[in-house]
Amino acid sequence: MVTSVTNLGRSGLSDWMIQRITGVILLAYTLFIAAVLFIVAPEFAEWKALFGQTWVKVFSLAAVLSVAAHAWIGLWCVSTDYLVTHVLTIKLGPAAGAQANLLRWCFQAAGAIVLFTYVVWGIQILWS
Amino acid sequence: MLNVSIYRYNPETDSEPYMQDVEVDTGGKDLMVLDVLELMKAADTSTVYRRSCREGVCGSDGMNINGKNGLACITPLSETLDGGNKLVLRPLPGLPVVRDLVVDMGLFYKQYEKVTPFLMNNTPAPAIERLQSPEEREKLDGLYECILCACCSTACPSFWWNPDRFIGPSGLLQAYRFLADSRDTGTDKRLADLDDPFSVFRCHGIQNCVSVCPKGLNPTKAIGHIRNMLLTSAT
Repeated sequence: MVTSVTNLGRSGLSDWMIQRITGVILLAYTLFIAAVLFIVAPEFAEWKALFGQTWVKVFSLAAVLSVAAHAWIGLWCVSTDYLVTHVLTIKLGPAAGAQANLLRWCFQAAGAIVLFTYVVWGIQILWS
Repeated sequence: MLNVSIYRYNPETDSEPYMQDVEVDTGGKDLMVLDVLELMKAADTSTVYRRSCREGVCGSDGMNINGKNGLACITPLSETLDGGNKLVLRPLPGLPVVRDLVVDMGLFYKQYEKVTPFLMNNTPAPAIERLQSPEEREKLDGLYECILCACCSTACPSFWWNPDRFIGPSGLLQAYRFLADSRDTGTDKRLADLDDPFSVFRCHGIQNCVSVCPKGLNPTKAIGHIRNMLLTSAT
């Protein structure tokens, strides 16, 4: 058992599950938006009317939250693959390797800030 | 003459590893890569590699042959050269090199140890043996044949990046070998030990392990089974 504090879910299994579920939500939302764009091809008034409906707002919010969760798990994986002591020591030298934890946390913090901002901004847009 | 480029590194004399070009006379025969190494060692006794059974059973001579991990003793030149005349031999990637083609397998064995690769059974031992039905025994096919040569784990990028956290295809194949064994009663403990974001779930299913396994085993499939067992046992 490897312990970890910065991953999204409580376990590897929950992260895996969240990744799959959010992936399906994002696929559904992409298909929905693509259908609206290419089949309905709405003007501004129609867009406004579409996003005035509660179910579209809720669906869009689900997509925004899914992006945040999906991206967090993905970026967390990337950061814990590449921003670790032995990889940085080989690629950039021992000085960078010694700072691997700090670099990784900075990267993760930056990712968290961007994703949090994205969620808040998304809610603001949808319910403004 | 076969052109061989071999990875050389002697920590006592070399400041860093280098590739040495050697011409080897194969006599026009389709030798195994290990035979080529034996010819090279006869000419230069300082060439170092591991070998033992020379028939793909012991798993000692795993190495990177023309970019693909495999056992030197059962890899024919015709297969790896693919019509060319250049043989490039490197140590298994991702593990520290001890000398030439010999790597330190410590991390690999540490991961193997983590999956408690032995039967755990807390029920009283029967008089003679614990019986298995032929169907139960069949579940171990494709799992028990692993010879721990490390070709799969050292071909796996997830293992390169996290050799201390990700168990790797070989260890996970072994983990499933005991999870699938009808005589083992340690399933809950085994699964609990694997349910973190690294041990199993660092596998992203790229299947390098499947493509290189000299015994034709499928660790990715075993990892899928472990994942399903974790999913089924979870609430």
